[in-house]
Amino acid sequence: MADQPSGTGHPAGNAPAPNAPAPNAPAPKPTVRANGSSGKARYPAKYSALSLFTHGLRGRDWPRMWRRHEMRPSYDVVIIGAGVHGLATAYYLAANWGVTNVAVLDKGYLGGGGSGRNTAIVRANYLTPEGVRFYDRSVKLYENLAADLNFNVMYSQRGHLTLAHNDSSLRTMRWRAEVNKLEGVDSEVIGPDEIKELVPYMDTSENTRYPILGALYHPPGGIIRHDAVNWGYARGADIRGVHIHQETEVVGIDVEAGKVTGVQTSRGRIATPVVVNCTAGWASLISDMAGVKMPIITHPLQAAVTEPVKVFLNAVVVSGTLHVYVSQTDRGELVFGASTDPYASYSTRGSLEFTEELAGHILELMPSISKMRVLRQWAGLCDITPDFSPIMGVTPVEGFLADVGWGTYGFKAGPVAGESMAELIATGVTPELIASFDLARFAEGRLVGEKGAAAVGH
Amino acid sequence: MILVSCPWCGPRNSSEFRYVGESKGRPDPNAATPEEWRRYLYVKSNPADWATETWYHRAGCRRFFAVERHTVTNEIRETRRPAAQLRLEGGGS
Ligand SMILES: Cc1cc2nc3c(=O)[nH]c(=O)nc-3n(C[C@H](O)[C@H](O)[C@H](O)COP(=O)(O)OP(=O)(O)OC[C@H]3O[C@@H](n4cnc5c(N)ncnc54)[C@H](O)[C@@H]3O)c2cc1C
Ligand SMILES: [Zn+2]
Repeated sequence: MADQPSGTGHPAGNAPAPNAPAPNAPAPKPTVRANGSSGKARYPAKYSALSLFTHGLRGRDWPRMWRRHEMRPSYDVVIIGAGVHGLATAYYLAANWGVTNVAVLDKGYLGGGGSGRNTAIVRANYLTPEGVRFYDRSVKLYENLAADLNFNVMYSQRGHLTLAHNDSSLRTMRWRAEVNKLEGVDSEVIGPDEIKELVPYMDTSENTRYPILGALYHPPGGIIRHDAVNWGYARGADIRGVHIHQETEVVGIDVEAGKVTGVQTSRGRIATPVVVNCTAGWASLISDMAGVKMPIITHPLQAAVTEPVKVFLNAVVVSGTLHVYVSQTDRGELVFGASTDPYASYSTRGSLEFTEELAGHILELMPSISKMRVLRQWAGLCDITPDFSPIMGVTPVEGFLADVGWGTYGFKAGPVAGESMAELIATGVTPELIASFDLARFAEGRLVGEKGAAAVGH
Repeated sequence: MILVSCPWCGPRNSSEFRYVGESKGRPDPNAATPEEWRRYLYVKSNPADWATETWYHRAGCRRFFAVERHTVTNEIRETRRPAAQLRLEGGGS
């Protein structure tokens, strides 16, 4: 009896989805544990230092962060994809607009796409005024997210450095700094001496292969705990009545006379007048089902993490020229990323050439970490658009909405995209903040070019 | 690393090549409307399936050729000279 696994999940754990029940699992029976306490716990839990303390004293289990529901035959809104975008859209629909008859469907588990695989960099130092305003709103929402969700998302605004190793990238950095300042975003170009002060372990000498000429320094940029963001939004949406259906694959979208009427899933049909496509790397497959063509190419993006060491790196460092970026987590691991794999693919296999290239380039920046060992590497799918800006809002099919084109940079946009999409769904009016990211811009030649700020630095 | 077989040079590491993209017919630049031209530039079919693509042997013979690749498994079932090249050489179709 003592070692019997309890049926309830714990709010923090290493498994990707701590509360994802096995398919068709029977409802968990309350179990009696060694200390005699019942596994049943009241939902929802309020997280605080006091509740942590009393739970510790009583040996009580925490309730699940989100529940499992029967699928209804119809919903007011169906969101495809339980990544940060789908979950944030559901959360803001319920929290800001009181729209709660909402389902979020995912063919796999919650956060199993890019939202659980990214390197969690959050920043607003983009290149276009439209982009800077949009991502800055997300930074603001992230700053208050832990309080909003009653969930620690571990947002650390430790500063973000984009290195320039040649004149042309230094020019782009100056351009970005000026656009940022005009939009009220803290960014400035700094020289090698200041860089050395911020990152003492970086080789800023002049006799390297690609000497560092300067950097765009963006103090509010930083990293966040991506799983916590996904789980926090899921929990917040669930508390307000949203249904999250994992292991529910969308296989078709019903369109009649130019309007969405429902979705076909692996668990049956759902009638709905509104479908939101939040499927990132799979976005064009879903929009094909509705007959909407998307200018998207899916590329894998890889990342890697080392064994943990004492904290020595306090900023996020990106080098476009060397195709590499690095940050250190609170646990001490170095997290590395690079550019996307060089050909379109839906495969999430890692490759040796990625790690080889990455290691070579990172050592040009920080030769002293040559003895550190890589623990693991992984890949996720990225939906790349021609201008490196997202595709948001209405499509030619009424009721079929897009929140896609997030490429290698969409995690940071989760809050602002969710907030904006929720407003669009609730009011029927496209918010000003996302108006220039519409699908029609490609046919009309109004691209929002962000390549200079988004190709390597995610 | 996937292995790509150049029709001229034989099998080489994919890092020797540049992936150009899905092959598709180009509209006549003089006749196409701006909308048609932009659709040609931007919209791809992005299949999770077999795809016909153009690759370029950058670190080799520097020629373009056609590749049949499955985008989920990355298996390559065929590489061949592009139709235009075959016409130039007076062979094939
Ligand atoms: C290695 C890596 C590093 C990255 N680093 C950063 C970074 O530092 N900063 C940043 O801002 N961004 C980063 N990104 C990008 C970011 O991860 C994504 O843009 C973002 O997570 C997209 O979120 P999403 O919710 O739109 O999609 P996802 O989280 O990908 O979720 C899409 C979901 O749709 C589901 N789905 C697909 N098809 C179907 C179907 N037919 N039926 C039902 N469900 C379906 C999938 O299972 C998946 O869970 C990185 C990405 C990767 C891969
Ligand atoms: Zn060749």
